[in-house]
Amino acid sequence: MSPAPAARLPGQERPPMPRTFFSTRAGTWTGFAAAAVVLFGLAPLLLTGFRLGLLAQFLCYAIVAVGIGLAWGRGGMLTLGQGVFFGMGAYLMAMHLKMADAEFRNGPGAVPDFMELAGIRELPAYWAPFASPAFTIAMILVLPTAFAILLGLAVFKRRVKGAYFAILSQALAGAFAILLIGQQSLGGFNGLSRFRYFFGFTLADPVNQQMLYFIAAGVLLAVVAIALQLRRSRYGELLVAVRDAEERVRFLGYDAANVKVVAYAVAALFASVAGAVFVPIVGIISPASIGIVPSIMFILGVAIGGRASLVGPVVGALAVAWAQTALSEQFPSAWTYAQGLLFIAVIALLPGGIASVAGVAKRFQTKRTTVEAAA
Amino acid sequence: MPLRSKPKARDLARALAATAALAGLVATTACGSRAGEETAATESCVDTSGDTVKVGSLNSLSGTMAISETTVRDAIALAVAEVNAAGGVQGKQIEIVAEDGASEPTVFAEKAEKLIREDCVAAVFGGWTSASRKAMLPVFEDNDSLLYYPVQYEGLEASENIFYTGATTNQQIIPALDYLVETGVESLYLVGSDYVFPRTANAIINAYAEAHGIEVLGEDYVTLGSTEFSTIVNQVKAADADAVFNTLNGDSNVAFFREYANVGLTAEDMPVMSVSIAEEEVGGIGVENIEGQLAAWNYYQTVDSPANTAFVEAFKAEYGADRVTSDPMEAAYNSVHLWAATVEKAGSFAVEDVQAAADGVSFDSPEGTVVIDGDNHHVTKTARIGRIDADGLLYTVWESDGPIEPDPFLEGYDWAADLSVTE
Repeated sequence: MSPAPAARLPGQERPPMPRTFFSTRAGTWTGFAAAAVVLFGLAPLLLTGFRLGLLAQFLCYAIVAVGIGLAWGRGGMLTLGQGVFFGMGAYLMAMHLKMADAEFRNGPGAVPDFMELAGIRELPAYWAPFASPAFTIAMILVLPTAFAILLGLAVFKRRVKGAYFAILSQALAGAFAILLIGQQSLGGFNGLSRFRYFFGFTLADPVNQQMLYFIAAGVLLAVVAIALQLRRSRYGELLVAVRDAEERVRFLGYDAANVKVVAYAVAALFASVAGAVFVPIVGIISPASIGIVPSIMFILGVAIGGRASLVGPVVGALAVAWAQTALSEQFPSAWTYAQGLLFIAVIALLPGGIASVAGVAKRFQTKRTTVEAAA
Repeated sequence: MPLRSKPKARDLARALAATAALAGLVATTACGSRAGEETAATESCVDTSGDTVKVGSLNSLSGTMAISETTVRDAIALAVAEVNAAGGVQGKQIEIVAEDGASEPTVFAEKAEKLIREDCVAAVFGGWTSASRKAMLPVFEDNDSLLYYPVQYEGLEASENIFYTGATTNQQIIPALDYLVETGVESLYLVGSDYVFPRTANAIINAYAEAHGIEVLGEDYVTLGSTEFSTIVNQVKAADADAVFNTLNGDSNVAFFREYANVGLTAEDMPVMSVSIAEEEVGGIGVENIEGQLAAWNYYQTVDSPANTAFVEAFKAEYGADRVTSDPMEAAYNSVHLWAATVEKAGSFAVEDVQAAADGVSFDSPEGTVVIDGDNHHVTKTARIGRIDADGLLYTVWESDGPIEPDPFLEGYDWAADLSVTE
């Protein structure tokens, strides 16, 4: 295959990326430095312990959003079921935390407290390896990614796309939640909660809670860096090409399915890591946090922020989560209406998401100057 | 796949290394206590210097549980207004900070933490599902604050930081079984939603049945919110048990009882004993589908006592004559009064003082006198079996001889030895 720029397909309406400061190399580093200063410096200084914990939770949603931005914004795959991968990472981490908790209180091989409640006296065999931190982390990284690759191959090789893919991924999230509700050895409907230690550290200690926030912030920066690299690589161009004209990419000799599988698997990996970080921060994971509704909330943040841009999904996820908390604190009985109005306003006025504010403002200005010039 | 690594990969490596170094640096300087070490206790920020004291009211005001939990919010507000009208607690007026749990356990945990750490409330009232309580429990323990939980539940729990003012299993399920045995029931069919309360309840029922020679002919679970019952109801009909024990929750009850009436089963041939259907739910199911069926609770709107007459009158005056009062509402109403009485007895709002003073604190509640057990933080409750009448209200057909002592771990029942797990 000649290294011809595959993304620049004739007749394809794709405005060239505006060459701004932040798309230069120095600009990128400046952007990262600024984000690091805000996340690692300003936020811990300005926020109370409780608010910082909330921000840590929102950062986990933002990590999921970066993956969705890649799969949906760049790859055109409307992944309505990221809750599945988020849930996998979260449950795998939660299993380790429960094992560590039981071991600390009752010695190695002890049965976690919720199982005793469910009448399970013997530790199920599949739980035992999760006593090991290394095994748990490996599983968090490998299991959801492998599942996404297998699922992606099965789906994309058969050229399932568009609404069919969206419905399929959403059904998967619903099925996964129902499956978990039936698993008494995974806490059933209540899920897993009451974690006391995180790799040997006491979770109740505010200093350790701050440490968890730093971990979430670090993971977010890393994930954004990986996404940026993927976007700017030739693979990123190819992914956009597949999104915009899959048939043509195929005619050029590429396997479009493989291109999609990579983005889908990366998004799954991000979601899984986010879930794993989420669990010690929030202190509970249950089927209610991973089913259809939470999966749609993930997508909503990305749509509000602007799915095709790099920071749009991050900003959108943080904005949606923050708005939800702020509105519900302000109007406990009526906040859902306010939130609905907000969504309608953004989608009606800013179809490209918050990230398109600059563009919309510019267009508005140009239009006005044209009108003035004509007058 | 022509995916080659690109020159910019070095930049990524640098960015990741920088991030890792930064996170590592900050994390190592910010490590707190490790497992086994003494944790720096979180200082309570409750401010009792002014004329008012804040309490939290945390209920689902949106989502699937809103229909039930908003009634609890109203009952809490009524009790607070009564305490305030009588001069407040320790001379201070109570101020409610309301939050929405949104029917989601994670939101309950988040809002509980907000109430404790940002609003500095002296106590929180609310929660309904066991999932929401399980999510809040670590928050109240870690921040050493108090939750008053007003709903009957599956037992097997006793946190220092929670007061359980609804029934535990020996105050609701076991009396219901005793009643069924008394009326000559020899076989049961169990139907429930698939979550912890029905599963635990049915484990208890199975153990009870074995010890009392009752045959359990079937045990079926449906997903919470499921409305497809034709198969299950036909199985129930075919099994021809003497009674059905129903632990379904929410909307599923509507579908179940409609189907039940549809296949021609009636309260006379095969009575259904329900533990989650109160005055509020009867309207939704339709009285015609459920008339004559049984329920097990500790309180009905029709309970005949001066305290209840006053409660019902005050509630209807405040929220409208068409509103009904139910068991969880009454328990929530009691919990505010119990908290106020405990604070008065302790002479302090501090959590450890309230915990120390709690034992023996009593309140002449609409259901009868309730007394806090200082050991397990539950309250004594009178068990009542009610029959649903044509007017949609429940009328007591049987009640226990006085209040029953709470026994959340069923330590007083030999047949339950395999069930109870002490913390």
